Amino acid sequence: MISFQSVGFSYPGVGSGAGASRAAVLQDISFAIPAGGFRWLLGASGAGKTSLLRLLYLAARPSQGEAIILGTRLASTSRHERALLRRQIGVVFQDFRLLGYLSAFDNVALPLRLAGRPEGQIRADVAEMLRWVGLAERLETLPAMLSGGEQQRVAIARAVINRPRLILADEPTGNLDDAQAERLMQLLAELNRLGTSVVVASHNEALVARYPAPALRLEAGRLVADG
Amino acid sequence: MVRRRPAPRRARLDELGLKRAFAQRLLPFLVAAMAFLAALAIAGMLAAASLARHWQEGAGASLTVEVPDPEAPATSGGLPRAAAVLATLKKTPGVIAARRLGETEIDALLRPWLGTTPAALGIAVPGVIALRLAPGMALGAADAAQLARLAAGIVIEDHGPWLARLSTLARSLEACAVLALGVVGALAALVVAVATRAGLSARREALEIIHGLGASDGYIAARFAARTTMLAGLGGVYGALLALPVLVILADLAAPFAAGAISAGSPEAMGEPAALLAGFLALPQSMWLALPALPVAAAAIGWLTTQSTVRQWLRNLP
Ligand SMILES: Nc1ncnc2c1ncn2[C@@H]1O[C@H](COP(=O)(O)OP(=O)(O)O)[C@@H](O)[C@H]1O
Ligand SMILES: [Mg+2]
Repeated sequence: MISFQSVGFSYPGVGSGAGASRAAVLQDISFAIPAGGFRWLLGASGAGKTSLLRLLYLAARPSQGEAIILGTRLASTSRHERALLRRQIGVVFQDFRLLGYLSAFDNVALPLRLAGRPEGQIRADVAEMLRWVGLAERLETLPAMLSGGEQQRVAIARAVINRPRLILADEPTGNLDDAQAERLMQLLAELNRLGTSVVVASHNEALVARYPAPALRLEAGRLVADG
Repeated sequence: MVRRRPAPRRARLDELGLKRAFAQRLLPFLVAAMAFLAALAIAGMLAAASLARHWQEGAGASLTVEVPDPEAPATSGGLPRAAAVLATLKKTPGVIAARRLGETEIDALLRPWLGTTPAALGIAVPGVIALRLAPGMALGAADAAQLARLAAGIVIEDHGPWLARLSTLARSLEACAVLALGVVGALAALVVAVATRAGLSARREALEIIHGLGASDGYIAARFAARTTMLAGLGGVYGALLALPVLVILADLAAPFAAGAISAGSPEAMGEPAALLAGFLALPQSMWLALPALPVAAAAIGWLTTQSTVRQWLRNLP
């Protein structure tokens, strides 16, 4: 249900000079991930992990090749169809990307509100989700008042609140201590068991070793291993 | 056990933090200033339009004939001079209508100049006959001579050329007012666009996050538009309220020149508050329609401009 065929990607306008300096960040990437699959996304810093994830969560569009995400051929989608597709993809960032002026509750409720869910149905689901990540007592707290681990758990709750079919995590343990990282991986593993496809980018080899799974390995923008 | 949330949730959450924007706090006042200018332009436009209409009706076909000593017998026929002239004019080719003005009409015409009735000053008023001629027709020298034989000393005044010029002037003023209105409207759209762009840049990060969570362009544009529509509408209300006293004073100043206001009695006779009330009521009906339309127009400009600005800005996101 995810399929990349010879996908290339370069950031637009890099180097500001003539098009010559527009080096491709990703080149000739082909892989497939079945529904419910788990993949590590590995590679040194600068190898292109974040860029590949950005293509997967529709924050950027391939410069070349063909991408099918959640069964939808990207090239032929409208803006609105891409917005609908994004609602089925949960993303966990290393820097959390919570909205600082909204409480933990409102941050987690955001995807439901964007999807037009009635206010009455939202409360119980969000409270339940925050309880699941151990933040039942912090519903009204602003992100700045939470620890890094707590913020990350709010971010996870927000990523999974609308039961996405695909979860993407970009170095999600980078700002967490070992215990928090362990707990996060257990959450992701549990979601995967419940049928969600999961892709986790990491260069934490110790963590990867504790959760053996197929890996996509990038080197300088090229896929050098799949599986 | 899940803790109950303390207060009922606000009807609509401010996901984009739009209430914190500084640039938008200025918006109602900028829009108010422009709504105020728009109100003045509309007043000018309506006044010019009504003058133009007024003058155009008479232009090219309007004459007055003054008959001194109107009730003395005419040279021939046995009628009084004014009646004899009127009867002759009615038979003259090219005359569509001829009518002798009544005493109250003449008093009303003269009051702005005399301040009172001619009778009170002991002035002898000539008989005045208003004529309308068919387009392209004029009273010839032969006609004038015939009338003079009937009643010596008559004066024929042809207002046509003047009225045509005044009417052209009024039409030009009207066009200027329409132009000013257009400029003010465009300026309002520009101000809203700038405020919206400032709001968008200030919230770029939040917008990227919300866009990434699957917010549609329409959703984001609607949130921004709801805010600027409200603020611009508010500005329109301020501007209209601000313009109201100015327009009332202008209408009061113009009242003596408006035919309808004369019979209402002179402002001096009524005292200040009554005079102001008269001015208030003297605002033309079209102005009473235009003033409430200002906030609506401001809100509409706000909505349209914000929708297109936000949607265009969002095209930067994939
Ligand atoms: N926004 C950007 N604009 C231009 N170049 C970028 C941008 N982000 C990343 N790059 C470049 O793309 C390459 C891959 O980066 P990235 O995808 O972040 O790798 P990783 O996540 O594996 O560290 C790097 O060479 C980086 O300099
Ligand atoms: Mg990265």
